Amino acid sequence: MPLNKHIAHHVRDLPKSGIREFFDIVAQEKEVISLGVGEPDFDTPWHIREAAIYSLEHGRTHYTSNLGLPELRTSICKYVHQHFGVAYDPRTEVIITVGVSEAIDLALRAMINPGDEVLYHEPCYVSYAPSVTMAHGIAVAIPTRAEENFRLTAEALAEKITPRSKVLMLNFPCNPTGATQSRAELEKIARLCIDHDLIVLTDEIYSELTYDGAEHVSIASLPGMRERCVFLHGFSKAFAMTGFRIGYACAPAALTDAMMKIHQYAILCANTMSQDAAIEALENGARAVEAMRREYETRRNYIVAAFNELGLECFKPVGSFYIFPKITNSGLTSREFSLGLLEKKKVACVPGPAFGASGEGFVRCCYATSLDQIKVAMERIGEFLGEVKR
Amino acid sequence: MDPLIILLRRNARTSVEDLAKELSLTPAVVAERLTQLEADGIVLGYQPIVDQQKVQAGLVTAVVEVRITPERGGGFDRLAGRIANFAEVQSCYLISGGYDLLVVVEGNTLQDIAAFISEKLSTIKGVISTATRFRLKTYKENGVSLLREAKPQRLAVTP
Repeated sequence: MPLNKHIAHHVRDLPKSGIREFFDIVAQEKEVISLGVGEPDFDTPWHIREAAIYSLEHGRTHYTSNLGLPELRTSICKYVHQHFGVAYDPRTEVIITVGVSEAIDLALRAMINPGDEVLYHEPCYVSYAPSVTMAHGIAVAIPTRAEENFRLTAEALAEKITPRSKVLMLNFPCNPTGATQSRAELEKIARLCIDHDLIVLTDEIYSELTYDGAEHVSIASLPGMRERCVFLHGFSKAFAMTGFRIGYACAPAALTDAMMKIHQYAILCANTMSQDAAIEALENGARAVEAMRREYETRRNYIVAAFNELGLECFKPVGSFYIFPKITNSGLTSREFSLGLLEKKKVACVPGPAFGASGEGFVRCCYATSLDQIKVAMERIGEFLGEVKR
Repeated sequence: MDPLIILLRRNARTSVEDLAKELSLTPAVVAERLTQLEADGIVLGYQPIVDQQKVQAGLVTAVVEVRITPERGGGFDRLAGRIANFAEVQSCYLISGGYDLLVVVEGNTLQDIAAFISEKLSTIKGVISTATRFRLKTYKENGVSLLREAKPQRLAVTP
């Protein structure tokens, strides 16, 4: 029975993730050093895992309230206030989700009417455009450029705003480019959002991972922005808790309430032991986060220096754990580079176009991998370049 | 802590060139700082972390809790120094609580250590008592876990 005609059109036409395709290729190779992952190499700090075990031991295996455990919501609001300078009410303005991915989906579905335009900077996280499509919105990419360290400029944003623009999605520090935004740049963007009545989804999942003493500014903390921002954050990156699948959204009560309607029918609540672990992470995790952050910083220093030595131009990002070097010097496309490097040297990185068309000419390398592995990977990339240039 | 010390504590064999890259410094500056750390007596040495259980005829280790009589002008220092000087003593700390010195002793056999405690350590004038506890098994050594846990696998490529 041909089932294709039964698939909803907007889902049928959705492209498969470029990462997924590349993953299938990598899976066939053995002994690969991977710079292709999007998660920490550290296991979750023991005290956090132990809190999850404690939770199970004590029979905390039931549903929580739809919004999530009140204690966790209180901890989150305290944390967000301390670290980002934005105050939210734990009773009505925060919702615990299954990772930030769910929160993005909720926010878009809660706000988008068919045909509404959602702006986002590109290269960007793989789920942004598909999530917009699945919410029946129109995804409008704003290309960012290596010459500007992949920052989103107010000028580039202004060019893409139309009367149908409704939402702007931001992700700084950025996966895959490592780009960050300064306060001054964010202020200009905020002004545009206010002038054009845009809602901002700000995905700040990498905000703890900033380097060289760089200041992380949340756009939600700027004057007039709290009321038009959905602040998205989670535990996966800073606390190395990807498998716990736990994130959250903070937003004014009216928006949270709308997101909550979808969440309660689709998900009910995030898993209970993960919520217990998340409380432990917020209350006692600062030291572990700082140790990991320092380690990433060291690796970043190394990998950026090594790439530039090889003649593959790469700015030194001050956030996330990715670099996005330009590989056009090799004379190859992103895909040829990634496939060749994998086949010949068993090093995996992700071709830039997996993160949007403007990623062509680049690859994403994740340095959330041990320094020893990074060193071997860089040697092999050097050999690979020597061979393709000959 | 000095970032250079943090990196050395993780792997003291990292080359000066690599240390320089990791710290965004030049190799010359790193080499100079290393020399300074050694000259200042901050970095005292570089040693491997060995799993003694895997070394044939590995060492026997005991921790000895020692009570000593403090003295006018110097407290515990003179006696502690005297104990620390023995080659058998690997580490020696002044401890708060129910006893005074925590002494880590190494020997080739249990008898070696027993002999050292009864003939050398306990007989020093000023040593009031000793309590010796032998190591049976190592679970973690200098921050390195020896537990053979299955290493969880990350997928090779993820978003």
